[in-house]
Amino acid sequence: MVKEKPKVDILLHEITPKHKILTKEETEELLKKYSIKLLNLPRIFSDDPVVEMIGARYGDVIKIIRKSDTTVKEVESYRFVMKGKRVR
Amino acid sequence: MTEVASKEFKTKTLEYLESRGIPHSIIGEMDSFMKDIEFSKEQVQYFADQVYLSYLKAMIVPMEPIGTVAAQSIGEPGTQMTLRTFHFAGVSEFSVTQGLPRLIEIVDARRNPSTPIMYVFLTEEYSKNQKKAREIHQKIEQIRVDSIAYDVEIDLADYSIVVYLDEELLEDKGLEIEDINKKLKKYGKKGTIETDLENNCIIINPELEDIQKLQKRREKILKTLISGIKGVKRGIIYKEDSNEWVIQTEGTNLAEVLKIKGVDSTRTISNHIHEIEKIFGIEAAREIIIRESKQVLRDQGLDVDQRHLLAMADLMCFTGRILQIGRHGISGVKESILARAAFEVTIKQLINASVSGEEEKLKGIPENVIIGQLVPTIGTGAIKLQADLQKYREILQDMSED
Repeated sequence: MVKEKPKVDILLHEITPKHKILTKEETEELLKKYSIKLLNLPRIFSDDPVVEMIGARYGDVIKIIRKSDTTVKEVESYRFVMKGKRVR
Repeated sequence: MTEVASKEFKTKTLEYLESRGIPHSIIGEMDSFMKDIEFSKEQVQYFADQVYLSYLKAMIVPMEPIGTVAAQSIGEPGTQMTLRTFHFAGVSEFSVTQGLPRLIEIVDARRNPSTPIMYVFLTEEYSKNQKKAREIHQKIEQIRVDSIAYDVEIDLADYSIVVYLDEELLEDKGLEIEDINKKLKKYGKKGTIETDLENNCIIINPELEDIQKLQKRREKILKTLISGIKGVKRGIIYKEDSNEWVIQTEGTNLAEVLKIKGVDSTRTISNHIHEIEKIFGIEAAREIIIRESKQVLRDQGLDVDQRHLLAMADLMCFTGRILQIGRHGISGVKESILARAAFEVTIKQLINASVSGEEEKLKGIPENVIIGQLVPTIGTGAIKLQADLQKYREILQDMSED
Protein backbone atom coordinates (compact mmCIF):
# COMPACT_ATOMS: atom_id res chain seq x y z
CA MET A 1 0.00 0.00 0.00
CA VAL A 2 1.21 3.50 -0.67
CA LYS A 3 2.10 5.60 2.35
CA GLU A 4 -0.04 8.68 2.67
CA LYS A 5 0.71 12.18 3.82
CA PRO A 6 -1.79 14.44 5.53
CA LYS A 7 -3.94 16.32 3.01
CA VAL A 8 -1.86 17.97 0.29
CA ASP A 9 -1.72 21.75 0.60
CA ILE A 10 -2.39 22.98 -2.92
CA LEU A 11 -1.52 26.54 -1.95
CA LEU A 12 2.11 25.51 -1.53
CA HIS A 13 2.43 24.27 -5.09
CA GLU A 14 4.46 26.48 -7.39
CA ILE A 15 1.64 26.66 -9.90
CA THR A 16 -0.98 28.30 -7.67
CA PRO A 17 -0.58 32.04 -7.30
CA LYS A 18 -1.36 33.76 -4.02
CA HIS A 19 -5.05 34.29 -3.41
CA LYS A 20 -6.13 36.89 -0.88
CA ILE A 21 -9.61 37.93 0.24
CA LEU A 22 -10.25 41.67 -0.02
CA THR A 23 -11.96 43.62 2.73
CA LYS A 24 -15.12 45.57 2.01
CA GLU A 25 -13.18 48.83 1.84
CA GLU A 26 -10.58 47.38 -0.50
CA THR A 27 -13.34 46.07 -2.76
CA GLU A 28 -15.02 49.48 -2.88
CA GLU A 29 -11.72 51.12 -3.75
CA LEU A 30 -11.15 48.64 -6.54
CA LEU A 31 -14.57 49.13 -8.08
CA LYS A 32 -14.18 52.85 -7.87
CA LYS A 33 -10.70 52.86 -9.36
CA TYR A 34 -11.82 51.16 -12.55
CA SER A 35 -15.41 52.40 -12.56
CA ILE A 36 -16.81 48.90 -12.67
CA LYS A 37 -19.40 46.82 -10.90
CA LEU A 38 -18.84 43.54 -9.13
CA LEU A 39 -20.23 41.53 -12.02
CA ASN A 40 -17.70 43.03 -14.43
CA LEU A 41 -14.87 41.26 -12.64
CA PRO A 42 -13.50 37.91 -13.78
CA ARG A 43 -15.05 35.15 -11.74
CA ILE A 44 -14.14 32.17 -9.66
CA PHE A 45 -16.46 29.53 -8.32
CA SER A 46 -17.19 29.05 -4.66
CA ASP A 47 -16.17 25.42 -4.95
CA ASP A 48 -12.82 26.24 -6.54
CA PRO A 49 -10.17 24.34 -4.54
CA VAL A 50 -8.32 27.48 -3.55
CA VAL A 51 -11.49 29.35 -2.61
CA GLU A 52 -12.39 26.53 -0.29
CA MET A 53 -8.91 26.43 1.19
CA ILE A 54 -8.81 30.10 2.07
CA GLY A 55 -12.39 30.15 3.23
CA ALA A 56 -13.77 32.70 0.79
CA ARG A 57 -17.47 32.68 0.05
CA TYR A 58 -19.97 33.89 -2.51
CA GLY A 59 -19.78 37.66 -2.74
CA ASP A 60 -16.13 37.99 -1.74
CA VAL A 61 -13.57 39.45 -4.09
CA ILE A 62 -10.23 37.71 -4.26
CA LYS A 63 -6.99 39.40 -5.17
CA ILE A 64 -4.65 37.15 -7.06
CA ILE A 65 -0.95 37.89 -7.11
CA ARG A 66 0.82 36.26 -10.01
CA LYS A 67 4.46 36.20 -10.97
CA SER A 68 5.01 38.00 -14.25
CA ASP A 69 7.63 37.91 -16.97
CA THR A 70 6.22 40.78 -18.92
CA THR A 71 6.23 43.59 -16.40
CA VAL A 72 7.04 44.16 -12.73
CA LYS A 73 7.79 41.00 -10.79
CA GLU A 74 4.23 40.52 -9.59
CA VAL A 75 0.91 41.36 -11.14
CA GLU A 76 -2.44 41.63 -9.41
CA SER A 77 -5.68 40.38 -10.74
CA TYR A 78 -9.09 40.02 -9.19
CA ARG A 79 -11.90 37.51 -9.18
CA PHE A 80 -15.39 37.72 -7.84
CA VAL A 81 -16.57 34.60 -6.03
CA MET A 82 -19.66 33.18 -7.68
CA LYS A 83 -22.23 30.79 -6.41
CA GLY A 84 -22.58 27.41 -7.94
CA LYS A 85 -20.51 24.51 -9.04
CA ARG A 86 -17.69 24.26 -11.52
CA VAL A 87 -18.41 20.74 -12.57
CA ARG A 88 -21.48 20.51 -14.68
CA MET B 1 33.25 66.25 -16.57
CA THR B 2 32.57 62.63 -17.30
CA GLU B 3 32.52 60.56 -14.15
CA VAL B 4 32.89 56.82 -14.44
CA ALA B 5 29.77 55.01 -13.34
CA SER B 6 30.37 52.79 -10.35
CA LYS B 7 28.74 49.40 -9.91
CA GLU B 8 26.46 50.89 -7.28
CA PHE B 9 25.37 53.63 -9.63
CA LYS B 10 24.52 51.10 -12.33
CA THR B 11 22.62 48.94 -9.89
CA LYS B 12 20.72 51.88 -8.46
CA THR B 13 19.72 53.09 -11.90
CA LEU B 14 18.47 49.64 -12.83
CA GLU B 15 16.61 49.27 -9.56
CA TYR B 16 14.85 52.54 -10.17
CA LEU B 17 13.83 51.39 -13.65
CA GLU B 18 12.51 48.14 -12.28
CA SER B 19 10.44 49.96 -9.69
CA ARG B 20 8.85 51.93 -12.52
CA GLY B 21 7.66 48.76 -14.19
CA ILE B 22 10.36 47.67 -16.59
CA PRO B 23 10.23 43.87 -16.80
CA HIS B 24 12.77 41.83 -14.96
CA SER B 25 14.02 40.19 -18.15
CA ILE B 26 14.93 43.54 -19.69
CA ILE B 27 16.66 44.65 -16.53
CA GLY B 28 18.66 41.45 -16.68
CA GLU B 29 19.70 42.11 -20.25
CA MET B 30 20.73 45.65 -19.40
CA ASP B 31 22.72 44.40 -16.48
CA SER B 32 24.69 41.85 -18.46
CA PHE B 33 25.28 44.42 -21.18
CA MET B 34 26.78 46.96 -18.79
CA LYS B 35 28.57 44.43 -16.67
CA ASP B 36 32.23 44.47 -17.44
CA ILE B 37 32.46 47.57 -19.57
CA GLU B 38 33.28 51.03 -18.28
CA PHE B 39 30.58 53.60 -18.83
CA SER B 40 30.27 57.18 -17.72
CA LYS B 41 27.41 58.20 -15.46
CA GLU B 42 25.87 60.15 -18.31
CA GLN B 43 26.00 57.16 -20.59
CA VAL B 44 24.31 54.92 -18.06
CA GLN B 45 21.64 57.51 -17.44
CA TYR B 46 21.05 57.97 -21.15
CA PHE B 47 20.84 54.23 -21.65
CA ALA B 48 18.27 53.90 -18.90
CA ASP B 49 16.23 56.81 -20.23
CA GLN B 50 16.16 55.39 -23.74
CA VAL B 51 15.06 51.99 -22.54
CA TYR B 52 12.33 53.56 -20.48
CA LEU B 53 11.11 55.67 -23.39
CA SER B 54 11.11 52.70 -25.77
CA TYR B 55 9.14 50.70 -23.26
CA LEU B 56 6.57 53.43 -22.85
CA LYS B 57 6.20 53.76 -26.59
CA ALA B 58 5.70 50.02 -26.93
CA MET B 59 2.90 49.88 -24.37
CA ILE B 60 -0.56 49.22 -25.65
CA VAL B 61 -3.02 52.09 -25.54
CA PRO B 62 -6.52 51.59 -24.17
CA MET B 63 -9.08 50.35 -26.70
CA GLU B 64 -6.45 48.51 -28.75
CA PRO B 65 -8.19 45.46 -30.30
CA ILE B 66 -5.88 42.98 -28.63
CA GLY B 67 -8.21 40.07 -29.26
CA THR B 68 -7.96 40.37 -33.01
CA VAL B 69 -4.23 41.00 -32.84
CA ALA B 70 -3.69 38.01 -30.55
CA ALA B 71 -5.78 35.76 -32.80
CA GLN B 72 -3.73 36.73 -35.81
CA SER B 73 -0.44 36.53 -33.96
CA ILE B 74 -1.12 33.02 -32.81
CA GLY B 75 -2.93 31.91 -35.95
CA GLU B 76 -0.36 32.99 -38.48
CA PRO B 77 2.55 30.98 -37.01
CA GLY B 78 0.01 28.21 -36.63
CA THR B 79 -0.07 27.83 -40.38
CA GLN B 80 3.64 27.10 -40.23
CA MET B 81 3.27 24.34 -37.70
CA THR B 82 3.48 20.72 -38.58
CA LEU B 83 0.57 18.40 -38.33
CA ARG B 84 2.68 15.44 -37.41
CA THR B 85 3.42 14.27 -33.90
CA PHE B 86 7.07 13.65 -33.19
CA HIS B 87 7.95 10.56 -31.29
CA PHE B 88 10.20 12.02 -28.67
CA ALA B 89 10.09 14.77 -26.13
CA GLY B 90 13.32 15.31 -24.34
CA VAL B 91 14.32 12.04 -22.82
CA SER B 92 11.52 9.65 -23.32
CA GLU B 93 10.47 6.72 -25.38
CA PHE B 94 6.95 7.92 -25.33
CA SER B 95 5.31 10.22 -27.78
CA VAL B 96 4.03 13.61 -26.77
CA THR B 97 1.47 15.46 -28.81
CA GLN B 98 3.24 18.49 -30.15
CA GLY B 99 2.70 21.10 -32.78
CA LEU B 100 -0.63 22.00 -34.20
CA PRO B 101 -2.60 19.03 -32.81
CA ARG B 102 -1.51 19.93 -29.29
CA LEU B 103 -2.30 23.60 -29.73
CA ILE B 104 -5.75 22.64 -30.95
CA GLU B 105 -6.20 20.45 -27.88
CA ILE B 106 -5.32 23.34 -25.62
CA VAL B 107 -7.47 25.91 -27.37
CA ASP B 108 -10.40 23.52 -27.56
CA ALA B 109 -10.05 22.78 -23.87
CA ARG B 110 -10.21 19.08 -24.58
CA ARG B 111 -11.25 17.14 -21.52
CA ASN B 112 -8.87 14.27 -22.30
CA PRO B 113 -5.59 15.12 -23.96
CA SER B 114 -4.20 12.45 -26.23
CA THR B 115 -0.86 12.16 -24.41
CA PRO B 116 -1.29 12.89 -20.73
CA ILE B 117 2.08 13.05 -19.03
CA MET B 118 3.03 13.52 -15.42
CA TYR B 119 6.30 14.93 -14.14
CA VAL B 120 6.93 13.61 -10.67
CA PHE B 121 9.49 15.54 -8.67
CA LEU B 122 10.85 14.01 -5.51
CA THR B 123 11.75 15.33 -2.11
CA GLU B 124 15.45 15.78 -1.39
CA GLU B 125 15.86 12.47 0.31
CA TYR B 126 14.58 10.61 -2.71
CA SER B 127 15.72 12.76 -5.56
CA LYS B 128 19.44 12.40 -4.94
CA ASN B 129 19.37 8.64 -4.79
CA GLN B 130 18.62 6.59 -7.87
CA LYS B 131 17.57 3.55 -5.90
CA LYS B 132 15.08 5.50 -3.84
CA ALA B 133 13.75 7.19 -6.94
CA ARG B 134 13.18 3.79 -8.43
CA GLU B 135 11.26 2.78 -5.31
CA ILE B 136 8.76 5.53 -5.86
CA HIS B 137 8.59 4.69 -9.52
CA GLN B 138 7.60 1.14 -8.69
CA LYS B 139 5.03 2.36 -6.21
CA ILE B 140 3.20 4.47 -8.72
CA GLU B 141 3.54 2.56 -11.97
CA GLN B 142 0.33 0.70 -12.37
CA ILE B 143 0.37 -3.04 -12.72
CA ARG B 144 -2.84 -4.51 -14.00
CA VAL B 145 -3.78 -8.12 -14.49
CA ASP B 146 -3.20 -7.79 -18.21
CA SER B 147 0.47 -7.04 -17.72
CA ILE B 148 1.27 -10.05 -15.54
CA ALA B 149 -1.02 -12.66 -17.02
CA TYR B 150 -0.08 -14.27 -20.30
CA ASP B 151 -3.58 -15.47 -20.86
CA VAL B 152 -7.04 -15.08 -19.39
CA GLU B 153 -9.34 -17.78 -20.69
CA ILE B 154 -12.98 -18.50 -20.45
CA ASP B 155 -13.55 -22.13 -19.65
CA LEU B 156 -16.87 -22.95 -21.28
CA ALA B 157 -17.09 -26.31 -19.56
CA ASP B 158 -17.75 -24.92 -16.11
CA TYR B 159 -18.37 -21.26 -16.99
CA SER B 160 -15.27 -20.03 -15.22
CA ILE B 161 -12.49 -17.59 -15.97
CA VAL B 162 -8.93 -18.82 -15.70
CA VAL B 163 -6.13 -16.32 -15.23
CA TYR B 164 -2.76 -17.77 -16.28
CA LEU B 165 0.01 -15.85 -14.57
CA ASP B 166 3.51 -15.44 -15.86
CA GLU B 167 5.92 -16.56 -13.13
CA GLU B 168 8.80 -14.50 -14.41
CA LEU B 169 6.78 -11.32 -14.60
CA LEU B 170 5.43 -11.87 -11.12
CA GLU B 171 8.91 -12.29 -9.74
CA ASP B 172 10.12 -9.28 -11.63
CA LYS B 173 7.45 -7.09 -10.08
CA GLY B 174 7.89 -8.65 -6.68
CA LEU B 175 4.44 -10.18 -6.47
CA GLU B 176 3.12 -13.52 -5.25
CA ILE B 177 0.18 -15.44 -6.62
CA GLU B 178 -1.66 -15.00 -3.36
CA ASP B 179 -1.44 -11.22 -3.76
CA ILE B 180 -3.24 -11.54 -7.07
CA ASN B 181 -5.85 -13.76 -5.50
CA LYS B 182 -6.50 -11.13 -2.86
CA LYS B 183 -7.00 -8.42 -5.46
CA LEU B 184 -9.40 -10.56 -7.47
CA LYS B 185 -11.36 -11.67 -4.44
CA LYS B 186 -14.29 -9.44 -5.21
CA TYR B 187 -14.91 -11.32 -8.44
CA GLY B 188 -15.25 -14.53 -6.49
CA LYS B 189 -17.77 -13.13 -4.05
CA LYS B 190 -20.90 -14.50 -5.60
CA GLY B 191 -19.09 -17.63 -6.67
CA THR B 192 -15.72 -19.16 -6.04
CA ILE B 193 -12.10 -18.19 -6.52
CA GLU B 194 -9.18 -20.53 -6.08
CA THR B 195 -5.49 -20.60 -6.73
CA ASP B 196 -3.85 -23.41 -8.64
CA LEU B 197 -0.20 -23.20 -7.62
CA GLU B 198 0.96 -25.96 -9.87
CA ASN B 199 -0.20 -24.35 -13.05
CA ASN B 200 0.30 -20.81 -11.80
CA CYS B 201 -3.25 -19.82 -12.40
CA ILE B 202 -6.28 -18.51 -10.62
CA ILE B 203 -9.70 -19.95 -11.38
CA ILE B 204 -12.69 -17.72 -10.85
CA ASN B 205 -16.25 -18.92 -11.10
CA PRO B 206 -18.55 -15.95 -10.80
CA GLU B 207 -21.73 -18.02 -11.09
CA LEU B 208 -22.84 -16.31 -14.27
CA GLU B 209 -24.85 -18.13 -16.87
CA ASP B 210 -24.77 -15.65 -19.70
CA ILE B 211 -21.69 -15.92 -21.93
CA GLN B 212 -21.75 -12.23 -22.75
CA LYS B 213 -21.77 -11.33 -19.08
CA LEU B 214 -18.89 -13.70 -18.58
CA GLN B 215 -16.92 -11.99 -21.31
CA LYS B 216 -17.60 -8.61 -19.81
CA ARG B 217 -16.40 -9.93 -16.49
CA ARG B 218 -13.25 -11.16 -18.16
CA GLU B 219 -12.61 -7.68 -19.54
CA LYS B 220 -13.02 -6.21 -16.09
CA ILE B 221 -10.63 -8.71 -14.62
CA LEU B 222 -8.01 -7.90 -17.23
CA LYS B 223 -8.18 -4.27 -16.22
CA THR B 224 -8.05 -4.86 -12.47
CA LEU B 225 -5.35 -2.90 -10.72
CA ILE B 226 -2.91 -5.02 -8.76
CA SER B 227 -0.54 -2.38 -7.56
CA GLY B 228 0.50 1.15 -8.35
CA ILE B 229 -1.75 4.06 -9.02
CA LYS B 230 -4.62 3.91 -11.43
CA GLY B 231 -3.91 5.72 -14.63
CA VAL B 232 -0.13 5.83 -14.34
CA LYS B 233 0.94 3.73 -17.25
CA ARG B 234 4.59 3.65 -18.08
CA GLY B 235 7.27 5.64 -16.40
CA ILE B 236 10.92 6.38 -16.72
CA ILE B 237 13.31 7.98 -14.33
CA TYR B 238 15.95 10.35 -15.51
CA LYS B 239 18.36 12.89 -14.17
CA GLU B 240 17.45 16.54 -14.53
CA ASP B 241 20.08 19.24 -15.13
CA SER B 242 19.70 20.22 -11.52
CA ASN B 243 21.17 16.83 -10.68
CA GLU B 244 18.04 15.27 -9.34
CA TRP B 245 16.13 12.20 -10.33
CA VAL B 246 12.70 12.85 -11.83
CA ILE B 247 10.00 10.42 -12.87
CA GLN B 248 8.10 11.03 -16.06
CA THR B 249 5.04 8.92 -16.68
CA GLU B 250 2.65 8.22 -19.49
CA GLY B 251 -0.76 8.73 -18.00
CA THR B 252 -1.52 10.88 -14.99
CA ASN B 253 -3.18 10.75 -11.62
CA LEU B 254 -1.92 13.76 -9.70
CA ALA B 255 -4.53 13.51 -6.99
CA GLU B 256 -3.18 10.17 -5.82
CA VAL B 257 0.50 10.62 -6.61
CA LEU B 258 0.80 13.87 -4.66
CA LYS B 259 -0.13 12.05 -1.49
CA ILE B 260 2.79 9.66 -1.65
CA LYS B 261 5.67 10.10 0.74
CA GLY B 262 8.77 11.09 -1.17
CA VAL B 263 6.86 12.94 -3.86
CA ASP B 264 7.46 16.69 -3.89
CA SER B 265 3.92 18.01 -3.75
CA THR B 266 5.01 21.55 -4.50
CA ARG B 267 6.44 20.84 -7.92
CA THR B 268 4.94 17.63 -9.24
CA ILE B 269 2.79 18.48 -12.22
CA SER B 270 1.17 17.16 -15.36
CA ASN B 271 0.19 18.49 -18.78
CA HIS B 272 -3.46 17.67 -18.23
CA ILE B 273 -5.20 21.02 -18.02
CA HIS B 274 -8.51 19.85 -16.66
CA GLU B 275 -6.85 17.72 -14.03
CA ILE B 276 -4.89 20.72 -12.82
CA GLU B 277 -8.03 22.80 -12.76
CA LYS B 278 -9.80 20.18 -10.71
CA ILE B 279 -7.05 19.91 -8.11
CA PHE B 280 -5.50 23.37 -7.99
CA GLY B 281 -8.23 25.70 -9.19
CA ILE B 282 -8.78 28.02 -12.11
CA GLU B 283 -5.73 30.26 -11.65
CA ALA B 284 -3.40 27.26 -11.78
CA ALA B 285 -5.25 26.05 -14.88
CA ARG B 286 -4.65 29.43 -16.48
CA GLU B 287 -0.95 29.13 -15.72
CA ILE B 288 -0.81 25.66 -17.26
CA ILE B 289 -2.58 26.82 -20.41
CA ILE B 290 0.08 29.49 -20.79
CA ARG B 291 2.96 27.12 -20.14
CA GLU B 292 1.68 24.41 -22.45
CA SER B 293 0.93 26.76 -25.35
CA LYS B 294 4.28 28.52 -24.91
CA GLN B 295 5.95 25.13 -25.04
CA VAL B 296 4.18 24.13 -28.24
CA LEU B 297 5.23 27.29 -30.04
CA ARG B 298 8.75 27.18 -28.70
CA ASP B 299 9.22 23.55 -29.76
CA GLN B 300 8.17 24.48 -33.27
CA GLY B 301 10.70 27.28 -33.30
CA LEU B 302 8.06 29.97 -33.51
CA ASP B 303 8.51 33.23 -31.70
CA VAL B 304 5.13 34.48 -30.56
CA ASP B 305 5.08 37.17 -27.90
CA GLN B 306 3.71 35.61 -24.76
CA ARG B 307 1.26 38.45 -24.27
CA HIS B 308 -0.97 37.02 -26.96
CA LEU B 309 -1.03 33.72 -25.12
CA LEU B 310 -1.74 35.56 -21.87
CA ALA B 311 -4.73 37.23 -23.48
CA MET B 312 -5.96 33.89 -24.75
CA ALA B 313 -5.54 32.19 -21.37
CA ASP B 314 -7.22 35.06 -19.55
CA LEU B 315 -10.18 34.81 -21.88
CA MET B 316 -10.50 31.07 -21.52
CA CYS B 317 -10.48 31.32 -17.72
CA PHE B 318 -12.59 34.43 -17.34
CA THR B 319 -15.78 32.75 -16.18
CA GLY B 320 -14.15 30.64 -13.51
CA ARG B 321 -14.17 27.45 -15.50
CA ILE B 322 -12.18 26.66 -18.59
CA LEU B 323 -14.08 27.51 -21.75
CA GLN B 324 -12.91 26.57 -25.19
CA ILE B 325 -12.43 29.24 -27.82
CA GLY B 326 -14.78 27.42 -30.18
CA ARG B 327 -18.52 27.31 -30.47
CA HIS B 328 -19.09 25.37 -27.25
CA GLY B 329 -17.21 28.04 -25.36
CA ILE B 330 -16.35 31.67 -25.91
CA SER B 331 -17.56 31.98 -29.47
CA GLY B 332 -20.80 30.23 -28.65
CA VAL B 333 -21.86 32.57 -25.87
CA LYS B 334 -21.33 35.84 -27.69
CA GLU B 335 -24.25 38.22 -27.49
CA SER B 336 -24.29 38.99 -31.19
CA ILE B 337 -26.27 36.72 -33.48
CA LEU B 338 -24.37 37.75 -36.57
CA ALA B 339 -21.05 37.02 -34.85
CA ARG B 340 -22.14 33.52 -33.92
CA ALA B 341 -23.59 32.91 -37.35
CA ALA B 342 -20.39 34.09 -38.99
CA PHE B 343 -18.38 31.70 -36.87
CA GLU B 344 -20.00 28.28 -37.36
CA VAL B 345 -23.36 26.59 -38.00
CA THR B 346 -24.74 29.66 -39.73
CA ILE B 347 -28.27 28.67 -40.65
CA LYS B 348 -29.05 27.08 -37.29
CA GLN B 349 -27.94 30.20 -35.42
CA LEU B 350 -30.04 32.47 -37.61
CA ILE B 351 -33.12 30.30 -37.37
CA ASN B 352 -32.91 29.85 -33.61
CA ALA B 353 -32.31 33.54 -33.11
CA SER B 354 -35.30 34.56 -35.20
CA VAL B 355 -37.57 32.00 -33.59
CA SER B 356 -36.75 33.28 -30.11
CA GLY B 357 -36.88 36.90 -31.17
CA GLU B 358 -33.30 37.82 -30.28
CA GLU B 359 -32.05 41.34 -30.79
CA GLU B 360 -28.75 42.23 -32.43
CA LYS B 361 -27.13 44.95 -30.37
CA LEU B 362 -24.25 45.58 -32.80
CA LYS B 363 -21.68 46.11 -30.07
CA GLY B 364 -18.86 43.83 -31.19
CA ILE B 365 -16.46 43.55 -34.08
CA PRO B 366 -17.77 40.85 -36.48
CA GLU B 367 -21.32 42.16 -36.64
CA ASN B 368 -20.23 45.71 -37.35
CA VAL B 369 -17.80 44.58 -40.01
CA ILE B 370 -20.60 42.62 -41.64
CA ILE B 371 -22.88 45.62 -41.90
CA GLY B 372 -20.03 47.97 -42.73
CA GLN B 373 -20.22 50.22 -39.70
CA LEU B 374 -17.40 51.60 -37.56
CA VAL B 375 -17.04 49.36 -34.52
CA PRO B 376 -18.28 51.45 -31.60
CA THR B 377 -16.47 49.69 -28.80
CA ILE B 378 -12.96 49.20 -30.05
CA GLY B 379 -9.99 51.11 -31.45
CA THR B 380 -10.75 54.28 -33.33
CA GLY B 381 -14.48 53.67 -33.13
CA ALA B 382 -14.40 54.04 -29.39
CA ILE B 383 -13.18 57.59 -29.68
CA LYS B 384 -15.71 60.30 -30.28
CA LEU B 385 -15.18 63.93 -31.02
CA GLN B 386 -16.51 66.44 -28.62
CA ALA B 387 -16.70 70.14 -29.08
CA ASP B 388 -14.70 72.20 -26.62
CA LEU B 389 -17.39 74.66 -25.56
CA GLN B 390 -15.00 76.66 -23.43
CA LYS B 391 -12.83 77.31 -26.45
CA TYR B 392 -15.87 78.35 -28.48
CA ARG B 393 -16.79 80.88 -25.81
CA GLU B 394 -13.29 82.27 -25.80
CA ILE B 395 -13.26 82.65 -29.57
CA LEU B 396 -16.68 84.31 -29.58
CA GLN B 397 -15.54 86.66 -26.84
CA ASP B 398 -12.41 87.57 -28.79
CA MET B 399 -14.54 88.17 -31.89
CA SER B 400 -17.01 90.39 -30.08
CA GLU B 401 -14.17 92.40 -28.58
CA ASP B 402 -12.65 93.19 -31.98
